[in-house]
Amino acid sequence: MTSRVVTRMGDGSLVELTPAEIRAELEAGVEAAVTRFAVEPLAGDELDHLADIFTSPARFVSVAVGDEVVLSQDGTGQPQQGGSVQALYETEQLICQDTVELSNLDYSYPAVKTIAPYEQQTMKEAQERLTIPVHYGAQPDLGRYSRPDGPVGNWSELLPQLRIDEARAAQEEAVELAVADMVHVAEALWEAGADGIDFDTAGAAGDADFLAALRAVEHLRRRHPDMGIMVGMASEVVLGTHGQLEHGGVRLAGLKPEGQLRVVQAAGATIFGPAVTVNTGKTVAWNTARALTLCKPCMAAAKIPVHMNVGMGVGGVPMSAFAPVDAVSRVSRACVDVLRLDGL
Amino acid sequence: MSIAHTCAAGMGGLRAAGDLVARLQMAKGMRLAEAKQAVADALGVGVRDLSDNQAMHELRGERRLGRIYEAEVSYFRDPSPLEAKLNIEQLLGLELNGVRALRERLGG
Repeated sequence: MTSRVVTRMGDGSLVELTPAEIRAELEAGVEAAVTRFAVEPLAGDELDHLADIFTSPARFVSVAVGDEVVLSQDGTGQPQQGGSVQALYETEQLICQDTVELSNLDYSYPAVKTIAPYEQQTMKEAQERLTIPVHYGAQPDLGRYSRPDGPVGNWSELLPQLRIDEARAAQEEAVELAVADMVHVAEALWEAGADGIDFDTAGAAGDADFLAALRAVEHLRRRHPDMGIMVGMASEVVLGTHGQLEHGGVRLAGLKPEGQLRVVQAAGATIFGPAVTVNTGKTVAWNTARALTLCKPCMAAAKIPVHMNVGMGVGGVPMSAFAPVDAVSRVSRACVDVLRLDGL
Repeated sequence: MSIAHTCAAGMGGLRAAGDLVARLQMAKGMRLAEAKQAVADALGVGVRDLSDNQAMHELRGERRLGRIYEAEVSYFRDPSPLEAKLNIEQLLGLELNGVRALRERLGG
């Protein structure tokens, strides 16, 4: 009887599959990426290596000694750790990450704009307390600018009513507001001593959201040549909520990870983080293989470091608040070994 | 999740030399191999030593670059974080933004 291996689904639940079934999952994940996104499949030896990782009975796997990568983060710390600075300090000393990121629980640039001076105060204290890099991050969160939360028209309501021109105009108006807010907050935290700025989940609200992040990066790069700027994406394809927006002559709607990298790189960002969302109805092996296939073209095109997003529900990591370490460690190793990333 | 990633693939931050490599990535957009080599050259060690916490703890102490603290040992002679970052600036040839902000407050 063929032995079965403990593995996980994309929601974190435990399943047992035979090695042959796991291999089939990996191949299906690759095929899903190839078919949907017209990218090249992983090589045979890469699939063999992934099969070794995912059929291992070990509770925990890791990269080889010497293959370690830099770990960057979004939003460091948990409420259980006490105050913000204490959480950052504990992460530095006890969890030993390479960088930490100060952030607000409302991880949103339009929200943080209203309390920027208090974030500046906290950043100053963090810089005095920590030795490792302390970045500042939030999301462009373009939807926050639409009614009822914001001043512009709500394109989510206008689009189903086929009021396309109004929806596009609302998004364009929101982009201007968002750029101003992101630049304001980034400059405030840079002044307070932040070691870098993170625009996370860029494109979450579609191509207008992504455009806002790109313009903010350009603006900041012109004014601050030395500022470290990280752009992390929201998903593997930029949704065309507007549909006609371009940056540098490149239409943003429909961009896949390689295309996303190219425009982020051209805008002047320092680090790029692709994100591939997880299908909770598929195995971690399937999801990881799909994510690697989609992100592999980034590595040949990258002139800046690539830090793949491997948080909750992206990159193959299960969509679970308590992601199992057996799954997380396999994703970590798979991403590093196959993609030869600059970081996670 | 952070702990799992750190143990599976991380360079170990202040426990080893991960923060130094991270600084070069964020400050200069260096790819990983280049950043690792630059830090290794600056420290006078091999690239593989950068994630070796045993080697790095001693070296960081000698070079006063800051390090993690163990509960049963006294580190009162170790540098403060800002002092460590001044030494990191010199080591890597960077101006760290946190230190720049301090200099501005000091009128320098």
